[in-house]
Amino acid sequence: MAIQSVFILNKAGGLIYHTDRYNSKNDVEKTFGYPLDIVLKEDDKLTVIFGERDGIKVGFSLLAVNGEELSNKQLPNGTDALDFLKDPNNYPVSLKFGRIKLKTNEKIMFASMFHTLFAISTKLSPEQKSSGIQVLETESFKLHCYQTATGVKFLVLTDPKQGPMDNFLKRFHELYTDYALKNPFYSLEMPIRCELFDTNLQKTMEQVERATTQYSNE
Amino acid sequence: MTVYNIYIFNREGTCLYYYEWNRRTDCNMPKYEEFKLLHGMLFSIKSFVTRLSPIDGKNSFISYRTNKYKLHFYETPTGLKFVMNTDLAVENIQDTLHDIYNKIYVEYIVKNPLCKLNEPIQSSLFRTKLDEHVKSLPFY
Repeated sequence: MAIQSVFILNKAGGLIYHTDRYNSKNDVEKTFGYPLDIVLKEDDKLTVIFGERDGIKVGFSLLAVNGEELSNKQLPNGTDALDFLKDPNNYPVSLKFGRIKLKTNEKIMFASMFHTLFAISTKLSPEQKSSGIQVLETESFKLHCYQTATGVKFLVLTDPKQGPMDNFLKRFHELYTDYALKNPFYSLEMPIRCELFDTNLQKTMEQVERATTQYSNE
Repeated sequence: MTVYNIYIFNREGTCLYYYEWNRRTDCNMPKYEEFKLLHGMLFSIKSFVTRLSPIDGKNSFISYRTNKYKLHFYETPTGLKFVMNTDLAVENIQDTLHDIYNKIYVEYIVKNPLCKLNEPIQSSLFRTKLDEHVKSLPFY
């Protein structure tokens, strides 16, 4: 899938709209003997910090023990998952690891983080009158950003091989003006909750996707 | 095509080396503040990228571009960071930055017992070699 997610930031850096389109399931379930050969770090969740094997990567979180989902690092019966794993009597144990999806709060945080990065990139420019970040490239994705004259930012996360997304971003802006701004129940700078906008955006994204897949098949 | 400037940071965020070829602006702030600002930005971009990435594995930041310039980033496993600003026409230059590390930094700084690591680079040999190397690049 070419488009992974889209975001709209208001001019203060607040996240006012986001959708995700990826639901790749790359959770890994394995049976382990004692002692555990994976090092887990404890913060608000249990994360793998050392010992990649069988598709379990650094950065994955422990999702379930013996098929029982963890909630807040605890097993359904209330025992702490880390204490459970320290006891040799509980082995062999089957553990499920995967990536925890970004929570809404984290998304809001990343939106404002991008807002500052955008501003700093202008400041550090070696050439005069530079805009902020337009495309950010990494090995696993590409982030395209379009800032309107009023300071609203449209962000699209795509595949690293995706070409320019200018047309899509312009179209995205058009949809925003048509369906979000003209909605009498929408107050400016506030999160967008508008069904018509959602459906039309989904439609446009599907169109773009079809166009790009055709292109890559040729 | 142009190469504007280059920054080399160590893993603690100290700027080891800075050199500019064609810089057209002057940030109205002292150099040391600019280095701190840039390093802070790179650090944030790195954490931003690892968390935002939809897939796992290697998720390193490569470059970003604005409407005027492109910033290229290369990090060694030891945490040494090479940052080069060029114009927009330049493609992916990870190999070039790796060459600067491999052929110039390692040769003239690491192999020179008089150069202390983790301190700003004073060696004039390094400066001339880097200058020659960059000027011979096809996109200089």
